[in-house]
Amino acid sequence: MNATCCSKEREIMILACSGGSNVGQLTNQAAVELTREGFGKMFCLAGIGGGLGGFIKSAKDTPQVMVLDGCQVGCAKAIMEREGIPLNHHVIVTDLGIEKVKDRQLALEREDVLTVMRAGKASVGERAGL
Amino acid sequence: MDIQVLGPGCPKCREVEKLVRTVAAELGADVTVVKVEDFQEIARMGVFATPAVAVDGEVKCVGKVPSKAEIAGWING
Repeated sequence: MNATCCSKEREIMILACSGGSNVGQLTNQAAVELTREGFGKMFCLAGIGGGLGGFIKSAKDTPQVMVLDGCQVGCAKAIMEREGIPLNHHVIVTDLGIEKVKDRQLALEREDVLTVMRAGKASVGERAGL
Repeated sequence: MDIQVLGPGCPKCREVEKLVRTVAAELGADVTVVKVEDFQEIARMGVFATPAVAVDGEVKCVGKVPSKAEIAGWING
């Protein structure tokens, strides 16, 4: 935030499923890193999923919302659909050629994080720059 | 009726506060306008971007300056 404007103009909202698998955690890590580098700002999907009005209104009033789902189950997408929030930019990690592994390691490969970040950027029409 | 204008105090926030007060006065409405600048409180309300406006605790708009017609609609219910 600066002296002339409360919030960055047309900030991209990033919503990650952050699920309990490697691909779910890849969405979380990609969202964190995209936020850190200023591409967009991660927001609380749980608030929307919990039906909290302010969170839902925030998502509805944000022109650019990027949704990252780990797998085809599409939990984040389902939350958006249930709340009537348009799904304009949607990435499914397993569609990127990354295999879902449900073990206790939740290990993330660096190249996979970068792949999800690139796909997220591409979904909103930005050049990846990675 | 309580109307909260949420934002840290930039020109857009101040514009929204002024607009809300103006519309309330024009309508002769019994409205209390409160400016909320505390980040923790703004975050608790689930606001992604400011300025934002809430009416009796319900977030009505986020990340934009609402029109006078919108504000009048909230006040008139």
